[in-house]
Amino acid sequence: METSFCEIINGSAVAREKIPHLSFDDFRKEALKIVESGGKVVQFFGYTEGKTDKLLAVLRTDKLLVAGCDAPEVYPSLSKQCEPFHMFEREIAEQCGIRPEGHPWLKMVRYHPNYRGKKDVFGNDYAKEIPGNYDYYSVEGEEVHEVAVGPVHAGVIEPGHFRFNCIGERVFHLEIQLGYQHRGIEPLLLKAEPKRLSVIADSIAGDTTVGHGVSMSQAVEALTGKSPDAGARIIRVIGLELERIANHIGDLGALSGDVAFLPPANYFGRIRGDFLNMTLLICGNRLGKGFVRPGGVRFTIDSEISRILMERINELEPQIEHVLDLLLLAPSVLARFEGCGAVSNHDAEKLGLVGPAGRACGLPYDARRCFPTEHYGKFDFPETAKPTGDVYARAKVRAEEVMQSIGIIKSLLAEPIETQCVDFANPDRSSVWAPSSFVVTVNEAWRGEVSHCVITDETGKIVRYKIKDPSFHNWNGLAMSLRDTGISDFPLNNKSFNLSYCGFDL
Amino acid sequence: MLSTLKNRLEQGCKTSKYPKEKIELSPRYRGVPKIHKDVPAELVAKCADACPQNAIDAERKLIDMGRCVFCGTCERISKGRFVSFTRNFELAVSEKDHLMTDGTLPDLARHSRQHFKKLFGRSLQLRQVSAAGCNACEADLNVLATPFFDLARFGINFVASPRHADGIVVTGPISRNMKQALFDTLEAVPAPKVVIAVGSCTLSGGPFSGSPEITEGLDALMDVDLFIPGCPPHPMTNLHALLTFFK
Repeated sequence: METSFCEIINGSAVAREKIPHLSFDDFRKEALKIVESGGKVVQFFGYTEGKTDKLLAVLRTDKLLVAGCDAPEVYPSLSKQCEPFHMFEREIAEQCGIRPEGHPWLKMVRYHPNYRGKKDVFGNDYAKEIPGNYDYYSVEGEEVHEVAVGPVHAGVIEPGHFRFNCIGERVFHLEIQLGYQHRGIEPLLLKAEPKRLSVIADSIAGDTTVGHGVSMSQAVEALTGKSPDAGARIIRVIGLELERIANHIGDLGALSGDVAFLPPANYFGRIRGDFLNMTLLICGNRLGKGFVRPGGVRFTIDSEISRILMERINELEPQIEHVLDLLLLAPSVLARFEGCGAVSNHDAEKLGLVGPAGRACGLPYDARRCFPTEHYGKFDFPETAKPTGDVYARAKVRAEEVMQSIGIIKSLLAEPIETQCVDFANPDRSSVWAPSSFVVTVNEAWRGEVSHCVITDETGKIVRYKIKDPSFHNWNGLAMSLRDTGISDFPLNNKSFNLSYCGFDL
Repeated sequence: MLSTLKNRLEQGCKTSKYPKEKIELSPRYRGVPKIHKDVPAELVAKCADACPQNAIDAERKLIDMGRCVFCGTCERISKGRFVSFTRNFELAVSEKDHLMTDGTLPDLARHSRQHFKKLFGRSLQLRQVSAAGCNACEADLNVLATPFFDLARFGINFVASPRHADGIVVTGPISRNMKQALFDTLEAVPAPKVVIAVGSCTLSGGPFSGSPEITEGLDALMDVDLFIPGCPPHPMTNLHALLTFFK
């Protein structure tokens, strides 16, 4: 396909002058053309430099494509004719105060004043207590009712507001409003000292510490010209895969608990801990904080640690297989999982679902295969996509990925790993950052595609740091899965997605 | 049925004997930091300068466990000569001042409020409020319910409603958008109530310190009875704190 967007390599910095700067009309036309013919939106955001406001989009086909334009104050919405832009346009409206005219569902994303000090697109006064101050979709009629849940939920979980429109026990529609976890990470990254960047990245989403840590490190490496050695790349992959296994196993256990089948819930609860303890063994922190830094990793996997890891994995592997069988072959579990909360392939495409949630709806995309970073290019990834889009498919995809990840880690531990550890809280102040550059990184964290974009000015200072957690795409998938489903199946569906509130809220 | 039994046998009993038996965490775990004061000021300044959390008071040669994320940068830079992290996971303190430390922490059991032990020693029901945390602290509180830790065997539970709770456990740097919900939850807990702050974010704003969207320390909003440092605190740190403070 001919396009005026230009190809960009995952994790490679380019001079900003190389990025096509189109007129808004051309930008809009080209972006729509790419996405309407099957492309996906990786990043689409606004930023201000000096007195000019700009928009920039990174799209993916089998390549990563980028282009930008000057931002108009008001523009005809892209979502109106092409749904995958929906969340991104809402985010731009909130962050930059730019109105997409004709947007089908223009509501705030995280409840915060825009960065440009412009009049709020949603008419909010942020000096007041604002969260929840919004006219939710409402329903009326006989036997029709609404259920409001949150922001404080019944368990030890993050906050968010859920509004169910129901008829009897059936859910018409679930509206999800987040923003309670908003910590202002993107603007904070612009003013924070360089030594703090990685610590902040480690806390974007604590269950995806390695995923976001690696994504930031690659971006900083591209801009500072540091590059990790081969051993560090292998250790990063081990870190990412341990994170994937721990989270998938934990969620499979939680799914089991939600259908009142307690043995796998407890076994997987404990086994998840065993994998977190492997990350602890490597880097001293169960969640992988302080593990990855620009330039490499801060901890090596020596022969002793490698031996212990191998031993523990070999002991756990058959146990996991057995518990997976116990869970996924039990007729009573299948009766609850199968057909529950199905999202169609068509809807998944339009919502742009990523990661296991997307693969469960038949979208095979896996960034490890399509845009491999670190050591991933050395592996073959069989497609795990399932056609049914229900709780069973989401559980099955995760179960297969757990076994796949175990295979990856074992094959990497088979050889000695050598790396020169990064000692300091990099990036240190002596690093020279490439001026007037742009970099995008894309990685497959356990929930799916994580992407970081960094833009520097002519002095090498960061003028825009944009983060996208896979949950940004997938929350609407959860809302869709609930349609015409019993409200009591919400916990089960919620667990099958297990999306990040803080990764979404930033 | 048979496979359920087979799995049961394979799994065995995994519950730890803590506190009757000691638990050793793995060698790279970073617990209570130990400050060695007898080092050149230059080295101390270098550590303070490199600390991503600005948690080191170079003049008094102390480390602020409320700000610290236990990354170990200072230990590496000083090669353990100024700061070394021990494997002691008993980090919790009952006064904010105690977070500023040279590594000798006051005995938590002696500092705990005696009427709490009387009131809650046999049964403690807690409501957790996640207030803009990254879900790491939440995750490592959640695991206390798994078989290894099995918090319920001590009569301590996390409950669904603040009305049934004896106190709240707060995680995260309390975003502007969560402040009201946090106050509402606290108000719903019947008095006398306990407030426990868990994690660097809740203690000081943590990694998000400096953002106008967050609160730099829960104690600025309400009285805090128990401070549990860490990013996130290891489940053993949480378990030790709850058992020592209330039992």
